Amino acid sequence: MQKTEKKPIIKVENLTARFGDHTVLSDVTFKVYRGEILVILGGSGCGKSTLMKHMVGLHVPYTGRVLIDGIDVNTDDDRQLNQLRRKIGVSFQSGALFGSMTLGENVALPLREHMHLPEEAVNGIVRMKLAMVNLAGFENHLPSELSGGMQKRAGLARAMALDPMVLFFDEPSAGLDPVTGVELDIMIKRLNSGMGTTMVVVTHELQSIFNISDRVIMLDKDAKGIIAEGDPKVLKDSDDQRVHNFFNREPAGHEKEV
Amino acid sequence: MNNLAPQAETYGLDVEGQKGQDVRFALSGRIALDNVYGLLEELRTKIEEMRPAKLEVDLAQVEYLDSSGALALIFLEKEAKKKDVPFEFVNTTEEAQRILGLIDPEELDVPPLRQEIRLNFFEFVGKTSLELGAEGYNLLGFFGKLLTSLLYLVFRPRQIRWGEVLVYMQKTGVEAFPILGMMSLLMGLVLAFMSSFTLREFGAMIYVAALVDVAFTRELGSLLTGILIAGRSGSSFAAEIGTMKVNEEVDALEVMGFEPVRFLAVPKVLATMFVMPVLTLYSMLFGILGGFLAAVTLLDLTIFTYVNETRKALEFFDIFYSLFKSVIYGMIIAVIGCQRGFQVRGGAQEVGTATTSAVVAGLFLIIVAAAVLSIVDQYIRPFFG
Repeated sequence: MQKTEKKPIIKVENLTARFGDHTVLSDVTFKVYRGEILVILGGSGCGKSTLMKHMVGLHVPYTGRVLIDGIDVNTDDDRQLNQLRRKIGVSFQSGALFGSMTLGENVALPLREHMHLPEEAVNGIVRMKLAMVNLAGFENHLPSELSGGMQKRAGLARAMALDPMVLFFDEPSAGLDPVTGVELDIMIKRLNSGMGTTMVVVTHELQSIFNISDRVIMLDKDAKGIIAEGDPKVLKDSDDQRVHNFFNREPAGHEKEV
Repeated sequence: MNNLAPQAETYGLDVEGQKGQDVRFALSGRIALDNVYGLLEELRTKIEEMRPAKLEVDLAQVEYLDSSGALALIFLEKEAKKKDVPFEFVNTTEEAQRILGLIDPEELDVPPLRQEIRLNFFEFVGKTSLELGAEGYNLLGFFGKLLTSLLYLVFRPRQIRWGEVLVYMQKTGVEAFPILGMMSLLMGLVLAFMSSFTLREFGAMIYVAALVDVAFTRELGSLLTGILIAGRSGSSFAAEIGTMKVNEEVDALEVMGFEPVRFLAVPKVLATMFVMPVLTLYSMLFGILGGFLAAVTLLDLTIFTYVNETRKALEFFDIFYSLFKSVIYGMIIAVIGCQRGFQVRGGAQEVGTATTSAVVAGLFLIIVAAAVLSIVDQYIRPFFG
């Protein structure tokens, strides 16, 4: 790994996320470095997805800010925002493919809208991206004709269409069988080392955390923030009971073991 | 934060070598999606000019290469090979090597697994007619299912979800009052005002009252209500059931032992049939009121004359027959709305299609029914008149 030059690409500064009176995250600060795979993890309801939605600018923070490559994701400057949107790609939980378009059209959409490329170039890029996620030849299929795992991969191909600097993944292996899940993990790893794309992954699948992550941050519902940060293999032996329970799949006391 | 990327903004190109001999393109800087196709054009013209015997692309100075950039270089390689020009990447940096390694040139040529099918005119007509036939068959099937459900419930009225029926009566009926009243009032007003131009020429202004009255009690009251409810409630039934279908809620009902049609469609159909006559009556009232307002304020009719003329023109058969028609319209609207909802397969887009088609088909069938019922009107009127 080329982790020698640790340059931050995303900075989250003092982020507080609130819905009405309910504070989900309070004063969260961390950095994501260029080229790494950062996994955001934690139990259900701890605010992982909320944090990711703030990082991509879908939610507006109550206080604090998120900078991606120096641009505030909630900036009012349309030009900057456009630049930013080309630098990030998001792979949604269920693919979020447009049901009325074929896979090829789905992937071509950002290329056609954001770039002025010759048609053969668009077609070439579409085929390349689909091949990268092992869907070569599926460009004329509709999303509804594919299995869940294939839809997710196609969503990834669309997220990668503009060669983003940062890719966000929301629960990449949720709802997939173990084999498909691990294949997706390997694919994420392969694309990360091949293209050097920074990746931010939200998940709670232990196996996949150990497979892909360079570094993790762990959120907690009660702490409303980060309770642990670092290498998952180290965190596994953490002294913090909450972290220990998570990594070792142990009950937190809500259910007695029989 | 700004010193993050001290990268070159664009690419550089150095050409070494003689025309017709070995040529080396030394690339440098940033080669990415936004500029690589410019570079590609430049390289193509250079190749065209120099006709090299052998081509080398030097990537040593490339600072940044993304996958689309790499793809364009692979395109170049393919084109060169097609022209039998030996082609080679030299001094590939480790990063560039990794990206080039991600792209499998073989897979770029995999033909699509499915070819797009274009139908000719006759195939299109045939396919559409078959679909139309199937649609009619489905609608009839659904109607039959609903009728058997209703028949079943006639003997077991306690199994009808009356609470639900009331909720839908509220949604379809009570909440439609303001807009329906507004629509009818304006319609009556316009009708009276417009007809007055012609009637005045004949000195028959007094018939404005009868005209508005007959129009609303015979046809417009029920038709306006039908059109409004088709747009308001037919669409919402289709969207509601369609979304439930997408979320597998309908399947959940089925495995829990509820008959989905009985559970979801019957309350909606009953509620719509119950509120339609009331809404129609209300629409007639406001239509006539609209005509009345136009007559006494804009035209030269007195209140007494207008009321008197209206009473003379009013026939109870008209009103009752209109109420009967409105029940039929209500049934059409609700049945089509529910049927389109149940037809949804797949995703969110289908729900939109179903909603549109519920309104379009609902309106169409209401108009057809209105035509048929007004013919029937002529035959049965003598028995009641």
